[in-house]
Amino acid sequence: MKTEEAKTPRREFLETCGKALPAWVVFFATIKAGTLSAADETEVYDPKQHDYAMGIDIHKCIGCGRCVNACKIENKVPAEPYFFRTWVERYVIPAEGEAQVDSPNGGRDGFPEMKTDPDIRRAFFAPKLCNHCANPPCVQVCPVGATFSTQDGVVLVDETYCVGCRYCIQACPYGARYLHPEKKVADKCTFCYHRIRKGLLPACVEVCPTQARVFGEAGRQSSPLRRFLRFNDVTVLKPSLNTNPKVYYAGADREVR
Amino acid sequence: MGFPLADIAPELHKIAGYIYPNEFELHWGLLIVLYPYLTGLVAGAFILASLERIFNVKVLQPVYRLSLLTALAFLIVAPSPLLAHLGHPERSFEMFLTPHTQSAMAMFGFVYAWYLMVILLLEIWFDYRKEFVVWSRERTGFKKFVYKILSLGTTDISEKALQFDEKVGRTITILGIPSAFLLHGYVGFIFGSVKANPWWSSVLMPIVFLFSAIVSGMAMVLLIYMIATMFREKTINMACINKLSELLLYAMIVDFSLEILDFIQRLYEAEESINILSQMISNRLFISLIISQIILGTLVPMASIIWARFGKVPDEMKRMLFFVAAILVQVGIFSTRWNVVVGGQLFSKSLRGLTVYKTELFGLEGLFMVMLLLALPFVILYVITRFLPPWSKSETQLSTP
Repeated sequence: MKTEEAKTPRREFLETCGKALPAWVVFFATIKAGTLSAADETEVYDPKQHDYAMGIDIHKCIGCGRCVNACKIENKVPAEPYFFRTWVERYVIPAEGEAQVDSPNGGRDGFPEMKTDPDIRRAFFAPKLCNHCANPPCVQVCPVGATFSTQDGVVLVDETYCVGCRYCIQACPYGARYLHPEKKVADKCTFCYHRIRKGLLPACVEVCPTQARVFGEAGRQSSPLRRFLRFNDVTVLKPSLNTNPKVYYAGADREVR
Repeated sequence: MGFPLADIAPELHKIAGYIYPNEFELHWGLLIVLYPYLTGLVAGAFILASLERIFNVKVLQPVYRLSLLTALAFLIVAPSPLLAHLGHPERSFEMFLTPHTQSAMAMFGFVYAWYLMVILLLEIWFDYRKEFVVWSRERTGFKKFVYKILSLGTTDISEKALQFDEKVGRTITILGIPSAFLLHGYVGFIFGSVKANPWWSSVLMPIVFLFSAIVSGMAMVLLIYMIATMFREKTINMACINKLSELLLYAMIVDFSLEILDFIQRLYEAEESINILSQMISNRLFISLIISQIILGTLVPMASIIWARFGKVPDEMKRMLFFVAAILVQVGIFSTRWNVVVGGQLFSKSLRGLTVYKTELFGLEGLFMVMLLLALPFVILYVITRFLPPWSKSETQLSTP
């Protein structure tokens, strides 16, 4: 009885849709004819309308390494611990002396517990990735133009064009690039360009359990990044190099570089 | 291709402090050390040749042609370490077809082509044209055929035509000096313009490269001249090697002063990177920088040239001292290239750690490959001199018509 009742509304729904079919045909035909072309245009992705950037809240990062893992899987980054599109660094700042920094396996497996030292002033994690600089030295030096800035503000590498000279790797002040061991071309974070073009978030942002990573557009009113930039004192890495990074850090210590 | 990953693991314990995870692989190895070394020799040898031609240092006449041919032999090999190092050498031609004009590296192909085709080959051709015509008439068999081709169909060796050759040759040499400066200064700029790297980023880099190029080129021509003369069982022209080593000494003084200036400037400014760079010099580069480049490669040869040139030393001893100095200079300049290229990658851009470079024996980036590429210019030079004897005209049995 119960199942019989449940089926009825669905059947009704399908019947109604069937009856409305001619109306749908007319509707789509009109769109095709151009009467509603404005609606059609909103479907097309216009890179000029976007300017992607990322915010990283140091206070929120717990060093779980899920972002590193997600990035490796999503972007098929070689598994070896020498190739990362994103990684997490741990900073331990003692009351006196030099800051200790480590990033075992890029932080992918989290961080081993440290011997508690009462003299630690503070400790924190700093996720790193390509800064998608507005003034990118890697793009400047590429001899063939295989690495380039897109109109929507992302720095990409054309792997079918890169000659593998590694000049861009030398020119990047942040160690964000590596030479792909199989493809023999420069490789780096793309902000998950294949995802963001569809309106999805980069993999690292998607999986972050504490929302330490905020992705969006500084120029868009509705973007969470705008809020991030409004309510935090932000800094960028190595500002003296005038690369104009588009990864903004909130709460980053001066030791982070 | 960097070193294979399996090789990184045993080296890990040698890494001091923190380096970015992507920095485990050292990207520019021995091949890229070789590249500025070879182009430096080209530029240096050419500038030496120009001295004779433009500045009329007649005493250098015995090494004029030898310098030109040495420059050519090394220039032919110069791009091969770059090519072998590329991840995709088959795409290298894109640098000519679609160069990215903002890139310091993109212009290499054009600078190289200009220098090889327009300057060096033309200068050599005009200098030898008369001989080509004469030899194509006198020699027989294969050599006749070769000279026929080399003469490019010209036959006119009248006084007027030779005067024209001389004039054109001079003009090309005048163009050639800035071109040689461009070639190697440009290589220096490739490194000096990388602002991400405090060891490279220096406005002096192109100038230091240039003067070290002149030093290495002069010493190389001196070496080749002395060895070749010995094997040809001729007497070494003492006036020539006296002058040559004197000029070498002056170039070394300028080069060393510039490097010291760069060093003092860095030390005095003491920027953020000073700590890690000092650690690198005292730990990683002590042998190659302090011992090999400065003491063995600069101070000892300078002292031995001064002693031989200005002291009361018999000719035999003089030749010995010049020879040793010239060899040490090569060691020194190779170390200079090593310290720039590899040194610039031994510290992390996080300025928190030092990494290591392990030289491979085999493979494209290996020691054997480098030996091969180092030996190749000498083989090429030998073959060239078989066809284009560079020895001074009084020595060769050139019969003029």
